Amino acid sequence: MATKRVSIDPITRLEGHGKIDIFLNEDGGVAEVFLQIPELRGFERFCVGRPAEDMPNLTSRICGVCPEAHHMAATKALDDLFQVEPPPTARKLREMFYCIFFATDHTTHFYALGGPDFVMGPDAPKEERNILGVIQKVGMDIAGKVLKMRADGHRLIQMIGGRAVHPNWGLPGGVSRGITQEQRAEIERLGRDAVEFGKFSLDLFRKIVLGNRDYVQLIQSDAYTHRTYNMGTVDAQNRVNFYDGMIRVVGPDGTEHARYHPRDYRDYIAEHVEPWSYLKFPFLRKIGWRGFVDGPDSGLYKATPLSRLNAADGMATPLAQKEYERMFDALGGKPVHHTLATHWARLIELLYAAERWVELATDPEITGKDYRVLPTRKPVEGVGCVEAPRGTLTHHYWTDDRGILTRVNLIVGTTNNYAPIHLSVKRAAQELIRKGTAITEGLLNRIEMAFRAYDPCFGCATHYLPGRMPMTVVIRSPDGRPIHELRRGGPPGPVMPP
Amino acid sequence: MKPKGKLAIYWAASCGGCEISILAINEKILDVAAAFDLVFCPCLVDTKVRHVEAMPDGSIDVCLFNGSVRTSEQEYMARLLRAKSKVLVAFGSCATEGCIPGLANLTTRREIFETVYCEGPSTDNPEGTVPAPETRQNGFHLTLPVFYDTVRTLGQTVPVDYSLPGCPPEAPRIWDALVAILENRLPPPGSVLGAETTVCDECKRTREEKKIKRFRRIWEVVPEEDKCLLEQGLICCGPATRAGCGALCPQVNQPCLGCYGPNAGVEDFGGRLMSALASAIDSNDPEEIERIIAEGIPDPAGTFYRFSLASSLLRRRAMVPDARRHELPLPKAPEPQE
Repeated sequence: MATKRVSIDPITRLEGHGKIDIFLNEDGGVAEVFLQIPELRGFERFCVGRPAEDMPNLTSRICGVCPEAHHMAATKALDDLFQVEPPPTARKLREMFYCIFFATDHTTHFYALGGPDFVMGPDAPKEERNILGVIQKVGMDIAGKVLKMRADGHRLIQMIGGRAVHPNWGLPGGVSRGITQEQRAEIERLGRDAVEFGKFSLDLFRKIVLGNRDYVQLIQSDAYTHRTYNMGTVDAQNRVNFYDGMIRVVGPDGTEHARYHPRDYRDYIAEHVEPWSYLKFPFLRKIGWRGFVDGPDSGLYKATPLSRLNAADGMATPLAQKEYERMFDALGGKPVHHTLATHWARLIELLYAAERWVELATDPEITGKDYRVLPTRKPVEGVGCVEAPRGTLTHHYWTDDRGILTRVNLIVGTTNNYAPIHLSVKRAAQELIRKGTAITEGLLNRIEMAFRAYDPCFGCATHYLPGRMPMTVVIRSPDGRPIHELRRGGPPGPVMPP
Repeated sequence: MKPKGKLAIYWAASCGGCEISILAINEKILDVAAAFDLVFCPCLVDTKVRHVEAMPDGSIDVCLFNGSVRTSEQEYMARLLRAKSKVLVAFGSCATEGCIPGLANLTTRREIFETVYCEGPSTDNPEGTVPAPETRQNGFHLTLPVFYDTVRTLGQTVPVDYSLPGCPPEAPRIWDALVAILENRLPPPGSVLGAETTVCDECKRTREEKKIKRFRRIWEVVPEEDKCLLEQGLICCGPATRAGCGALCPQVNQPCLGCYGPNAGVEDFGGRLMSALASAIDSNDPEEIERIIAEGIPDPAGTFYRFSLASSLLRRRAMVPDARRHELPLPKAPEPQE
C-alpha cells in the first residue's frame, strides 16, 4: 500500500488541464502512477444534429493550438462523406497549407518547449532552461529566426485559410478559395526560408545535443525507453506523409503489424475507459488492452514524430531523407524506442514539411482555378484522417440523407499517446525515484521530460499552450502531512509571438 | 515610477486559441509586460491556485478570463478570480457567450457520457465504466471535477465588468482593449469592448438588396467572389454579428459564422439573425416562406445559435435541469497543499 503521494500538477492542482500523481510504496519506490485528464467537452455528442459541412469549423474549437489539424481531418471526412474527389489543385493547396502549419507548430515545440532541456541541459538552473537561456547560449540571431518562422507561418495560414486561428476554408470537394500568382511567390519565398531554418535547427541539435556524450546517454537510457508499437501515415512508397495515405503500424521489433485505409480504423484501434480520467485510452484491437505495460503482447502504440519515422520506410524529400538515415544510423537502426529521440524526429519532420511546402508552392497546378468540385452524391458515412503534429487524427461521421450528422467519432492526436505517456512517466519515475532518492529540481525536470517529449497537447482533450509547464511535487507522510515540497517551472522566458 | 498593475490571465473550458491570439499582438506584449506584473497565468507563470487564494480580495487589477464554466473546478476558479480582481473581463466567445462548446446545452451530461464512454464506435467498454468524481483504484484514492449538465458563460456564473468577444478575439482588438486598460479609459462597467457596427459594415462585397427564393448549403454552390453571400442564398451571419475581425471569412469566400457574437444593442443573436434572414426571403406567402426555411435551414439551433446558445434567451434544451445539477455536491474549495 502506498504511503506517500507525489503530486505533479502540470499546471497546478486545480486548473483542470492534466495532473500526475505518483504514489510511493513503503520502500520509498514508485508504487503507481496516474496521469488524469480532468475535463471533457463532448463534441461527439453535441455535433449530432448539426450540418456535416459545419464540422471543419465546429471541431477546430477542440484545440486552438492545432485547429488546422481538426479543420483538415474534418474536411477530408466531408470528401469521403459526400463521395467527392477534390481536384489536384485542391489536394495540393490543402497539403501545402498543412505543411506550413506543421513547420510552424514543430518550431514552437522545439524552441519554446522541448528544446531548452537539451540545449541548456536537464540539470541547468531552471531560470536558464527556457528560450531565453537558449538564445543566450547560442546567440541572439536565433531568436530572430524563430520569431520569423512562426510569424511567417501564421501570416500564410491566415492568407490561405482566412484566419490565423480557426481558419474557415475547407469544403467537401476542395477549398473555398485558391491562391494568386503573387501569393504563390510569397509562399515559395518564405518556404525557402523555412527549409534553411529546418537545416539550421538540425545543425543546432547536432552541435549541442549530439556533440555531448551525456545527452546521448540520456537519450538512450532505460528511464526514457520502452518498446511499444508505432503508428504513422505513409504514402504509396511507405514514406511519411502528413496529409494523406495509409495508416501503418509497426511492432516493437519494427515488423509491420498493419497497413490499413483510414476508413478501417475500427478494425485496428479500440479505446479503453478508466473511471479516474475523462480521456479514453486507445490501443491496438488485435493485440488487446493489457494495462500500462509495453512489449509485443501489449496493444499500446505511440503516434508521435518518432513513431511516424519508425512506421515509415523513409522521407519523401531529399534533405529530410538524409537526416532520417542519419538519425537511425546514430541510434542503432530502426525502430528507435527512446522517447527523447522524438525531439530529433520532430526536427526532421520540420525539414520535411518545409521541403514539401516548397515543392508544392512551385507546382504548376498550385495556382489553378480548379480548386473545388461540388458534391452530387448522397452523404452517408465518411472518415477523414491526417497526421496531427501530436499523432494520427481520425474524424468519422454518419449523416442522414440531408447531410445532418447522426453519429460522430473522434480519435485525436494526443489521445493516441495517452497510455504511452502514462507509461513513460511511470518508467521515468521508477528509474529515478528510489529509496532514499533526494527529490531535486533536476530529477523533477527529468520526470517532466518524459512527457514533454510527446508535446502532449491536451487541448485535444483538455488543452495547454506550448510553453513551460510549471510543476509541484509534494511528498506526504503516511498521515497525508506534506513533509517536503518542491516547485519548479516558472516563466517561460519571453512569450513567443506567433 | 508608477507601480506596475497586476494582471491575471485564466482559462476555463476553452481551446487555447485565446492565448494564441494574445501572443499575436507580437512585440506589443513587451508594453504589456512593462505595465503589468503577470501574477497568475497557468500557461505562463508558476503561481498556484493557493497563492491566488492567499491574495487579498480585489488585489488583482485586471483578470482576463477565457473559457466557459462546465465543471466544478472551473466554477470555483471563476468565483475565486472574481473575488480577487478589481476588473474581470470575459475574454473571447466561450466566456462571453458559451461558444461552440456551448452547443452541448442541447444535450445532457448523461447523454454525453453515454455517447463518449459507452456507445463510442471505437470504444471497448463492456463494463460500462464512466468517469466518476471519486474513485479508488487498487486502493489509491483519485478525484475528478464534477461535470455539469449545462455550459455557463462567465457572466452567468459571477458578475463580469467587461466582455471582449470573438473566437478568438483578433489580436488588434485585444490590443485596443489593453490600451484602454493601460490608459485607464475603460467605458462604463458592463460594456462590451468592441465595435458598434456589424461584419456587413466591414465586408467589401457589394449588396444589391436582392431577395432570395431559397437558402443554399455551402457545399451546394460556388459563390461569386464580389457579391453579398446572403444575396446568393448562403446563410451568412454578417448582419447579426459584431464587427471587429475585418470580415475575414467572406474574404476567403466563406460566409460569416458569427463568432464575434451579437452586434451592439442586441440581446439574442439568433433572434437578430432570424430577422435578417426573414427580410431577405423573396415571398409573402406564409406556406412558401415556411418551405424555404424548412428546406434551407435544417438545423435552426446550430445555425442561429452556433456560438451563442449558452447566453441566448433559450440557454439550453429543456430539462428539469438546474434542479438536478444542484443535487450534485457543491464545488468545494481546493484541497490545501500544506
